[in-house]
Amino acid sequence: MDEIREAVLEYVIDEYVDEDDDIEVDADTALISSGIVDSFSMVSLKAFLETKYDIKIPDEDATPEAFDTVASIVKIVEKHRN
Amino acid sequence: MAYSTATRQAFADDIATIKEKGLFKEKRFICSPQAAEIEVEYPEGAAREKVLNFCANNYLGFSSHPEVAKAAHAGLDSRGFGMSSVRFICGTQDIHRELQDKVSVFLGMEDTLLFPSCMDANAGVFEAVMGQGDVIIADRLIHASLIDGIRLCSAEYDTFKHMDMKHLRKKLELHQDKRRRLIVTDGVFSMDGDLCPLDELCDLADEFDTMVLVDDSHASGFIGKTGRGVHEHFGVMDRVDLITTTFGKALGGASGGCVSGRSELVELCRQKARPYLFSNSLSPVIVSATIKVIDLLSSSTELRDRLEANTGRFREGMTAAGLNIRPGVTPIVPVMLYNAKLANDMARDMYAEGIYVIGFFFPVVPEGQARIRVQLSAAHENEHIDKCVAAFKRVGEKYGILGLDKKGIIEKYGK
Repeated sequence: MDEIREAVLEYVIDEYVDEDDDIEVDADTALISSGIVDSFSMVSLKAFLETKYDIKIPDEDATPEAFDTVASIVKIVEKHRN
Repeated sequence: MAYSTATRQAFADDIATIKEKGLFKEKRFICSPQAAEIEVEYPEGAAREKVLNFCANNYLGFSSHPEVAKAAHAGLDSRGFGMSSVRFICGTQDIHRELQDKVSVFLGMEDTLLFPSCMDANAGVFEAVMGQGDVIIADRLIHASLIDGIRLCSAEYDTFKHMDMKHLRKKLELHQDKRRRLIVTDGVFSMDGDLCPLDELCDLADEFDTMVLVDDSHASGFIGKTGRGVHEHFGVMDRVDLITTTFGKALGGASGGCVSGRSELVELCRQKARPYLFSNSLSPVIVSATIKVIDLLSSSTELRDRLEANTGRFREGMTAAGLNIRPGVTPIVPVMLYNAKLANDMARDMYAEGIYVIGFFFPVVPEGQARIRVQLSAAHENEHIDKCVAAFKRVGEKYGILGLDKKGIIEKYGK
């Protein structure tokens, strides 16, 4: 689980945070409701998870609420890996 | 009764929630033609105030330009008010063809198709030209109407960090297996007023065999030496495949928009774009007036030159006064305040000073990026600009933000 959290966190920071943003992102930082990740860009995050972990996340699970923190994203990945 | 008391209450609760979040849009009434100086009723029911307008998209002052109004009257007299038809049944007049041809020449494109708005152009273009097996790669800050259009299309989509060409390159490498690729960007981004580096973007498009679409709504008519747009500014007029733009901003200010570009792509829009196929033709009144706008802009750069001078005067004045503006060259000048309440309070005080500007905050801009967005016009006189700068100086002084940078303002007011 820690490994997934680190991988997702690294992807989110690399993909969505600009160098001059002065935003600190950890596993509990709100991503979508705070505007760091917009719902439009959430699609690329979902594609990353599906490719990296060889899973399929159904649309009903890919909600802005479920994708709002790295911690909640990890739960979705865990759920579909099992 | 289907609309029961409980249903009414539920909708009323939704509205109350919007108000509680501070996101409720108040009604404001303009009781005069759109111009540099307008008469406003705000709040609703209040006495009318004469104020200077610094928040319209009336970049070139065509909204109430006498020659444009005259052309609108002439169009009304010669071709009537409405067409009562979509374009492909019996809604295309000779003047629709004339405007399309003139826009093509003005933008340096092969063909053009008119839409009721640029919102409609953006809603229709992607579904018409992209499909299964294709990918659309968009800048993260593109206009909402482009996002809506992309969502209506079956192509895969991905995004790149705002104006980050290194990130775009990564995404292009990632999507080399797709049948076709299309990069989508705004020419000028409406909230920050920054210009997409189209020369670098077109280099990447060439390298990765990718098409380019630019929404130039906040550029057509005044960016570039002869006002053709961002593609002229960066010397890539022949390297952009599709432009969408509006006649509702610099090019007249009423309504209407278009897709302009490679002839095959425009033809596909003519055959397949749903907002084109299923909504009414642009009114002959607007078509006639927009033809006049294009004629005026094709014969002289006077208005875009004046807008450029006005922009320079305002930007210099604001910087000298100690306001924290985003640097740039466009007539969209964000006065950065970071804190939503501060933006709202200052905009209210500016109104009391006789200057009509609006505070923008999340979700319209990212959280912690609240600002007052000022928009210049060729219709502004020097005295209007000086009055606006002086008002900002007084209001800025009241809130103690003159001379403060981002860090200083956030320390004082928070994000």
